[in-house]
Amino acid sequence: MSLFSSTTTADKSLQWKDSITTESALVRRLLIGAASLFLTLFLLIPLMAIFTEALKHGLAAYLSSFADDDALAAIRLTLLVAAIAVPLNALFGVAAAWAIAKFDFVGKQILISLIDIPLAVSPVISGLIYVLLFGAQGWLGPWLLDHDIKIIFALPGIVLATIFVTVPFVARELIPLMQSQGREEEEAALTLGASGWQMFTRVTLPNIKWSLLYGVILCNARAMGEFGAVSVVSGHIRGLTNTMPLHVEILYNEYNAVAAFAVASLLTLLAIVTLIAKTVIERKTASHDRRKI
Amino acid sequence: MNIILKQPSVLPGFSLALGFTLFYFCLIVLIPLSGLFVKTSGLSWDQFWNVITDPRAVASYKLTFGASLVGALINGVFGSIIAWVLVRYHFPGRSVVDALVDLPFALPTAVAGITLTSIYASNGWIGRYLEPLGIQVAFTPLGVLVALTFIGLPFVVRTVQPVLQDLDREVEEAATTLGANRWQTFWAVVVPELWPALLTGIAMAFARAVGEYGSVIFIAGNMPMKSEITPLLIMTKLEQYDYAGATALGVVMLVVSFVLALIINLLQWWSSARHMNQ
Repeated sequence: MSLFSSTTTADKSLQWKDSITTESALVRRLLIGAASLFLTLFLLIPLMAIFTEALKHGLAAYLSSFADDDALAAIRLTLLVAAIAVPLNALFGVAAAWAIAKFDFVGKQILISLIDIPLAVSPVISGLIYVLLFGAQGWLGPWLLDHDIKIIFALPGIVLATIFVTVPFVARELIPLMQSQGREEEEAALTLGASGWQMFTRVTLPNIKWSLLYGVILCNARAMGEFGAVSVVSGHIRGLTNTMPLHVEILYNEYNAVAAFAVASLLTLLAIVTLIAKTVIERKTASHDRRKI
Repeated sequence: MNIILKQPSVLPGFSLALGFTLFYFCLIVLIPLSGLFVKTSGLSWDQFWNVITDPRAVASYKLTFGASLVGALINGVFGSIIAWVLVRYHFPGRSVVDALVDLPFALPTAVAGITLTSIYASNGWIGRYLEPLGIQVAFTPLGVLVALTFIGLPFVVRTVQPVLQDLDREVEEAATTLGANRWQTFWAVVVPELWPALLTGIAMAFARAVGEYGSVIFIAGNMPMKSEITPLLIMTKLEQYDYAGATALGVVMLVVSFVLALIINLLQWWSSARHMNQ
């Protein structure tokens, strides 16, 4: 009796149907309380702490953190790395999803599993493998040295490590979507005389645009925020090979907490924008699906 | 010889798309990764064994796997509660909370690392209340646990949540109508449905935690034998130009990651096979 009594009075928003399959008010409050406590401890307080620490000495001190040459160089490098890595991985994602979702071929399942490998590998190992290839003691090291090409402790290494870490993001968003969409629409377009390119830009692309956008946003967030893999290959040369996350580390280790959290706050804003974009795009695709049905 | 490698299709671009996919993926991922194994084969078995069973390495495994496991289990409990609350209850700000759950996934690990450290340091927002109780979090193995719990959270919530959403409440109604109380219904009807997804989520959180580097190194204190995780030990060996040592430990981590990925794949397959049967 006591299990269900509350639902009739306390919670009128619940329908009768729900009322016999829900918990007592006490249990409900306990569960909501436990969830709130955990989320406050692990998500809300850290989020607030970042901005509080960054603004500890006022807005002027916060803004002056960005006037620093090394900070600006770090921001520029991070943007440059993402500008190279993200489009390449987007292209890979579309190509992989097209082949996997629209065609049947031997080894397809293996390929799908392989694409997730970079997500399973520790970031430190993602950097390590490029050091073993291109580092001074690596296989190609002597040859690269002879030809005066720098990959490790330089931009190419950082780009490679970033690409490795973010390879799966676009493909993972697109493959299940394109598989569920089937190939009828593309076949119809071809039957009606469209060229391959027309079919792709007028049928396929409009169908996948929101998932593609979300995949790109996720890929970008991870590319700009990657720490472990980039840390291995970067060499931490101030003003040259320091990305934003690495700059945060240097500032923090120098006990320059305000500047460290100021740069960190930019990366946090990027994360928040990513979460908002996810929510908006999920709603968009959900309403799109409803319209289709 | 009539082995059909590809079903015929009128759609264009297969060779181009697959060709580019394989070329790019081999160049970026497969060839560099296989290089790790080739490099290890340069070590003799004794050398390899000595590196990976060195007491400092073993201590780092214990910490890395132990803290990852405990963190994943904590996430199993609280992640399920959060998923349950998000799916079953209506409260103001639900969509904000729902979006916020992905924060550990979207937040760069270095940012998470310095933030958690400053919160749990002895003068931090939470650390100052734990200090009088004799609990030190920052710069101890407990700090490693906090960081690994933080980064694993989204995995359990995001695997359990969709299963809960798809759960047919009529089955629960039937159980209730047949005289089961809420607790019995929960254990006999809901839990068996959630089990595979929950295990998958815990395994994913564990796998992510095992390889984690950025969020841990700030809060861990990084004392050898005490609060040093395996990825950091690899990093340390690299900085000392001990490439052989770094490679050997890297292979151990990589094999563990692959085994975990395989287990997760099997769990997902089990989970979806169950869904199909309904």
